[in-house]
Amino acid sequence: MKKPIIDSKELNQLLGEMARTFVNRESSQIKKGGVCVIGIQTRGAILANRIAKLLKEKHRLSVEVGSLDITLYRDDVSEIGNQPIVKESHVPVSIEGNSILLVDDVLYTGRTIRAALDALLERGRPRMIRLAVLVDRGGRELPIQADYIAKKMSVKKGEKIQIQVKEIDKKEGVWIL
Amino acid sequence: MKLKSKDLLGLENLSKEEIQLILDTAVPFKKLFTQSIKKVPTLRGKTVAHLFCEPSTRTRASFELAAKRLSADTLDIPVPLSSVQKGESLLDTGKTLLAMKVDFIVMRHGENGAPELLAKNLKLHVVNAGDGTHEHPTQGLLDLFTLREKKKQIQGLNVVILGDILHSRVARSNLWGLTKLGAKVTLCGPENLVSKEILKTFSKSVRIQHDFKTAVKYADAVNVLRIQKERQRDGLIPSMEEYIKNYGMWSDKKRWLKKDCLILHPGPMNRGVEIDSATADGDSSVILEQVTNGVAIRMAVLYLLAGS
Repeated sequence: MKKPIIDSKELNQLLGEMARTFVNRESSQIKKGGVCVIGIQTRGAILANRIAKLLKEKHRLSVEVGSLDITLYRDDVSEIGNQPIVKESHVPVSIEGNSILLVDDVLYTGRTIRAALDALLERGRPRMIRLAVLVDRGGRELPIQADYIAKKMSVKKGEKIQIQVKEIDKKEGVWIL
Repeated sequence: MKLKSKDLLGLENLSKEEIQLILDTAVPFKKLFTQSIKKVPTLRGKTVAHLFCEPSTRTRASFELAAKRLSADTLDIPVPLSSVQKGESLLDTGKTLLAMKVDFIVMRHGENGAPELLAKNLKLHVVNAGDGTHEHPTQGLLDLFTLREKKKQIQGLNVVILGDILHSRVARSNLWGLTKLGAKVTLCGPENLVSKEILKTFSKSVRIQHDFKTAVKYADAVNVLRIQKERQRDGLIPSMEEYIKNYGMWSDKKRWLKKDCLILHPGPMNRGVEIDSATADGDSSVILEQVTNGVAIRMAVLYLLAGS
């Protein structure tokens, strides 16, 4: 396998920076309490866990953490031949009136985030939702942008970004395939 | 992973992997029911027609809820039993629905193979909700789902199917599903309701045992079938009292079961015939959970077929 664009060490540094920027920029919202970090299944949820851990341990914040499966909110069910496997969502608290940090690994067309917003807003009316992504690879098809981007990359259409995390994969890092 | 066929006609033509895919997919759907909003937009814009040519309350309600919780539109086709004829007219009904751009037909029919007739001739998804004495695949799947949820896995389970095996499409779908997933099945009931013919189709993992006590000795679950009153009229059950004494899943027989043996019933129950109230409402009964699981299974089936 090729050398990663981002290795494990840098990945953790980037997440640390992202957590720090979030705390600084959203201090007034954070003071109101009710912060929930929600990751999109599967790798977004793992990154959300790590960010929540940083917020708790390094920044002494009390945050909830959850995961969201957006399969049932996709706009291409029955157009793609393979029906994606439906996974479980786990949102521990009511999101009503809370601040949500939505986390995903790669931001590409924006369709996943559109689906995630629908899935979230079905559960209530949060005070605000911010979007954090590890990699923004451009190529948007919808007018959706992230608030926190760990790394911007320009990736050609045929190329694929692969993110692996040690929780579920053998290796850790970001590769362009 | 996807289903090979565009239709669900029976468990006979599904692979072990396909059955497992449906069961796995139903898990997150069941979890949706614990949310205040039980509905997802997945099948928005799709239309599901319910064509029930035989009376049914629970299966129909279950399919309707499943479709509605996936945001599909549902269409009820009232079929007065008298006007339904075989062959042409059923196919004409199907063609009419297709011309109206219906995406799914969920159908129940008294004739074996009626759903297959539509499935072969129409470019839409057909879901068999019970055909004659052939199959009732979603019932089979929800029974498997319930067993797997309670017992962790189907492989190696001892399951007794009790009652009128001969006329039961529920028994057939269960037999296909259970044997494919590696359970051992015992068929138990009076001789004229448990035909030996069935052993020709199902291999070594199925046995027949007419003695209730012997049949249930190692059972992890007993699936109690509904006894149709007509069977008595047809002379297949000479005496209901004797049937109840030998095969009624009544609480006096529970001492022969293992402590953790589950009781299933596809419903609707004839309380005081094939099962008594103490058993139906007792701790080992998972009958109402089967009903809940049925909606999740039917959602999983509609979802997966939409992509096939």
